[in-house]
Amino acid sequence: MNNKAMKKYFPVFVLPTLLAFTIGFIVPFCMGVYLSFCKFTTVTDAKFVGFSNYAKIFTEDGTFVHALWYTAAFTVVSVILINVIAFAVAMLLTKNIRGRNAFRTVFFMPNLIGGIILGYVWQLLLNGILMQFDRTLTYSSKYGFWGLVILMCWQQIGYMMIIYIAGIQNIPGDLIEAAQIDGANKRQLLKDVIIPMVMPSITICTFLTLTNSFKLFDQNLALTNGEPSNMSEMLALNIYNTFYGRTGWEGVGQAKAVIFFILVGVIAIVQNRLTRSKEVQQ
Amino acid sequence: MKMKKITALSMAVMMAASMIPSVPVMAEEAKGSVYYLNFKPEQADQWVELGEKYTEETGVPVTVVTAASGTYESTLKSEMAKDEAPTLFQVNGPVGLASWKDYCYDLKDTEIYKQLTSEEFALTNEDGSVPGIAYVIETYGLIYNKALLNDYFETDGAVVKSVEEINNFDTLKAVADDIQAKKDDLGIEGAFTSAGFDASSDWRFKTHLANLPVYYEYQADGIDSTDAIKGTYLENFKNIFDLYITDSTCEPSVLSSKTGEDAASEFALGEAVFYQNGTWAYNDIKDNEVADEDMGMLPIYIGVDGEENQGLCTGSENYWCVNSKASEEDIQATLDFLNWVITSDEGRTSLSQEMGFVTPFKTFDEKFESDNPLVVDANKYIADGKTSVAWNFTTMPSEEWKNQVGSAMLEYAQGTGEWDAVEKAFVDGWATEYAAAHAE
Repeated sequence: MNNKAMKKYFPVFVLPTLLAFTIGFIVPFCMGVYLSFCKFTTVTDAKFVGFSNYAKIFTEDGTFVHALWYTAAFTVVSVILINVIAFAVAMLLTKNIRGRNAFRTVFFMPNLIGGIILGYVWQLLLNGILMQFDRTLTYSSKYGFWGLVILMCWQQIGYMMIIYIAGIQNIPGDLIEAAQIDGANKRQLLKDVIIPMVMPSITICTFLTLTNSFKLFDQNLALTNGEPSNMSEMLALNIYNTFYGRTGWEGVGQAKAVIFFILVGVIAIVQNRLTRSKEVQQ
Repeated sequence: MKMKKITALSMAVMMAASMIPSVPVMAEEAKGSVYYLNFKPEQADQWVELGEKYTEETGVPVTVVTAASGTYESTLKSEMAKDEAPTLFQVNGPVGLASWKDYCYDLKDTEIYKQLTSEEFALTNEDGSVPGIAYVIETYGLIYNKALLNDYFETDGAVVKSVEEINNFDTLKAVADDIQAKKDDLGIEGAFTSAGFDASSDWRFKTHLANLPVYYEYQADGIDSTDAIKGTYLENFKNIFDLYITDSTCEPSVLSSKTGEDAASEFALGEAVFYQNGTWAYNDIKDNEVADEDMGMLPIYIGVDGEENQGLCTGSENYWCVNSKASEEDIQATLDFLNWVITSDEGRTSLSQEMGFVTPFKTFDEKFESDNPLVVDANKYIADGKTSVAWNFTTMPSEEWKNQVGSAMLEYAQGTGEWDAVEKAFVDGWATEYAAAHAE
């Protein structure tokens, strides 16, 4: 298509999406930022109060900072676990073993179940085990933490595994053969050939697991709902509870959401830079 | 010509009636419409049915939407922001009113206000305006299983021989402890149902049980609300709570996951003798192992002087409010609808029989009394001249306060926290939350 036709049809193709994007994203986003500076009960009826909502997060409200560290700890643990295990499984399932397609399918399946349902299912399972010891998931935030880690690993490993499998299969066979002829042992092969070659997959997978863990909501809500005493509450749930749970705190919840947005944005950009820089050109 | 007009008109009315959910826009100009955001999921269908009947009779469209359990505030928040906002909604008392006071129409000159049996059942502002009117009176206490209790009275060395003798905390404790000790002989799991702290059950303790120390403190000080609670009766509060968690069907360490359904089923299946809940719980426990005539209610004794005369806890946390930001016609339509609900036979039958409510309106005479056995038992206490405990929990400063107290109670119960934390959340938390809620 030449440039002139491009120009002519540009609005036809872009406008509908742009319109949807504006209604569905830009407008609510701008409204959200504005509301974080307001005191309000319904979103159409707000009063400007300046930065007091932001101040409240760190003075009167003690739950946000705890939720932040809890989320950070969870993110670190789950990103490492999910990626390491997913990579290991991918390595296994690219070998010539019997029924590997069946295995791949089975590992991928948990990802098709919704977060809320998974949360309740695992709540039943884990409580069933803990009951033997007269404990429950919400007895202390530690149980909730590891419960969430197990749940997220179970749900996400299969998905990441598929991405890694695609990455590993894309490595040219002659490259590995050449390395083997040069006398590379298995460890060297993994460290110096395979990992650098699947770096793009690692970028995607760490990005996905990092943002998924940071923004986790459904599973958190269904599994522990922040109990006990908001101690197993992660950021997204904390924002939700502040907005809907406390009268007069809607603006504070909104302010938290803005901070949350900035945090996730910064972390995602930094992570992307870091892993991108390690990627090699084929 | 005229014939045609009438046909057209009747067609229009029929169309309107058949499209209730989308109708508010169409009929607004004519005679207004009603949009009720209902709080009680238990009665969702009955309200829709009642709305349809009203539309049939008058042609005024009535939309009833029921918020899912536990999401009323959030649903109300988003519905109120819409162009077609609810014309009729609910608040749970003075504290809930605080966030919606700008949306409440003054009900002082309305028929429903005039029909109240007592002004106590309305919310009143300082300037005398009436933002909300209670439409259901409820009662809670210790629901007990008469059959199991009678079995116990016949055992060797029973502490008392009849339920009338249980009229103070010490006797209640002695009986409960003894039942707990003999639970295998009685074939039960424990004296009390599990005091679950799942969100479906924790309000029974952080709100309803916590009402008793608040009530007695208000009585002692002669007040009906406060900006700083002293916690005079917290020791009693601890005693009754200890009783709940020790003479229970389960270990205290698993309480955090026990739900309201767990407790209800334990009672309904005859696994426990006592179950703290209210008249509304009847729907959950009926038609199981426990026959209707075996259900009774005891006051919650906490060991205060003169509690032999204490009755059950009676009050309301369901107040109707009319949206003052709705159009004139809609407000009028809503008031007419409410009036119809409490005066017409259909409305009264639905409220008292189908929904099982006890209402505070004069229009509900003997013909419209509830047949809920718990309500019948509750009325007996009033007839016997016992003093009902008021629902002072509507003056608790905020949801946040209740949550803090509830969390501290749970941690105390499962042994990961101290009772001091409960006292701190109760007393200090009250002052901070009250100040926060009344800032500006």
